[in-house]
Amino acid sequence: MALNPIYSRRRRVDIVIRGLCFAAAAFGVTWLALILVTLLYNGLAGLNLEIFVADTPPPGSTEGGLRNAIVGSIIMTLIGVGIGAPLGLFAGTYLAEYGRNDRLTSVIRFINDILLSAPSIIIGLFIYGAVVVPMRGFSAIAGALALAVIVIPVVLRTTEDMLLLVPNPLREAASALGLPRSLVIKRIAYRAARSGLITGVLLATARVAGETAPLLFTALSNQFFSLGLNKTMANLPVTINNFVQSPYAYWKQLAWSGALLITLTVLALNIGARILGAERTAK
Amino acid sequence: MSELSVSMSASGGLPQAPVLPEAPAKVTVRNLNFYYGEHHALKNINLTLGANRVTAFIGPSGCGKSTLLRIFNRMYDLYPGQRATGQLMLDQTNILDPKLDLNLLRARVGMVFQKPTPFPMTIYENIAFGIRLYEKISKSEMDDRVEKALRGGALWNEVKDKLNASGLSLSGGQQQRLCIARTVAVRPEVILFDEPCSALDPISTAKVEELIQELSENYTIAIVTHNMQQAARVSDKTAFMYLGELIEFDDTSKIFTSPTDRRTQDYITGRFG
Repeated sequence: MALNPIYSRRRRVDIVIRGLCFAAAAFGVTWLALILVTLLYNGLAGLNLEIFVADTPPPGSTEGGLRNAIVGSIIMTLIGVGIGAPLGLFAGTYLAEYGRNDRLTSVIRFINDILLSAPSIIIGLFIYGAVVVPMRGFSAIAGALALAVIVIPVVLRTTEDMLLLVPNPLREAASALGLPRSLVIKRIAYRAARSGLITGVLLATARVAGETAPLLFTALSNQFFSLGLNKTMANLPVTINNFVQSPYAYWKQLAWSGALLITLTVLALNIGARILGAERTAK
Repeated sequence: MSELSVSMSASGGLPQAPVLPEAPAKVTVRNLNFYYGEHHALKNINLTLGANRVTAFIGPSGCGKSTLLRIFNRMYDLYPGQRATGQLMLDQTNILDPKLDLNLLRARVGMVFQKPTPFPMTIYENIAFGIRLYEKISKSEMDDRVEKALRGGALWNEVKDKLNASGLSLSGGQQQRLCIARTVAVRPEVILFDEPCSALDPISTAKVEELIQELSENYTIAIVTHNMQQAARVSDKTAFMYLGELIEFDDTSKIFTSPTDRRTQDYITGRFG
């Protein structure tokens, strides 16, 4: 049976377009895969227990690990998320629950979108001017604050989006039972959106875990182990940045391993967020 | 038309229809007007909901029947730009009083919605949640209350072995009966049904209708429905609304057999709407 010429032409076009789409996807994924393979190859080579128990070595040494940087990153990330997540959560709640019909809401949302896409180095400079200069020195708390400023818009956005997904009849049903507004939000809306809200916080954590620029001007870095929040603090991203540019092979090796650690952490957070997100849609 | 809207007792006497004696008024509506911003949605509504009676509201889409229902528990207060004028009394309480505690009002006037709205928690918690808002009772008392409410919602036998399952795991019809049980659990005086069966299959619908009739022994009920057979089956009184006005309000048997107004007749015979 001979094919209709219009139809056979459409089939040829379809094959060409499908091929182009596949090629474009393969092109993007190839580079990503190359980066990951290189990172795994170089990072795994230096990954051992010493990384976790020894501090960053002095120049020229071939012994040492990343303990101070790992601990510093965890501390500053936790404080940053600890400050930024509640603020984002409350602000997002305001936009989705209380200010839905306010003009202020659209203004806040617009500003938040700008903040969301602001280069993180700008945020680092802002904290440098607002915290580091008045405090007369780099400090871990300044670093944590810079991370918090990055966390806020991310969590605000996801919180608002997730709460807007909660169907309005559910709120009406709760109100119809005599629930005051605050309880409708706390007991019903938050509950219905819970996995989405947690996902937002996890994604924000993943986002700041690898941030270098905002820490460069705030926490700086520290060769030694330090838990003081008013002193400079070592952290993985800045340490990687410094070590990669050094002439010492061992430092370079540590940088690879540190990069692998961050990548694995971010991967774990994203997988966690995915699992929670899947739970939500399954219901 | 004006004498029709207040002809509550003009049953006229249809020998075959079981007309209940006139009940004392539980809710009284006098000259009620409602506005969505500039839009005048309800015009001079006058009627009463008899205690322990089922009153049905019928009419084409957009006629204002749901709007009227949502005034009885001040649901419209959740949204800006909506306001009501006139008089609306629940026994001696002025529902439209701006100083009225809305949460207490809503505890007295419960509502069941078109789509089932179980809360994202267990079946047990769906019921206990509302009770805890008003009462502090022991675990065993709470168990009793939950069972009673679920029996009241004709759901107990289906869920007694899975009280800790999520309320969302139930079927649509079961979810709706869970919502009815949840409403009954806080012991309201009036229950409003806003098209409670429009998302349900025929078997679930029959169950809910049966339930509504049982509930009328203890509660005053108002139901909005698009389904005229449903209004005929479950209600004692029927109000026909059209374009924001109450056209006719009478015993259900009278409305469906010998309506006074031409528009009522046209609507129930399916000529428009």
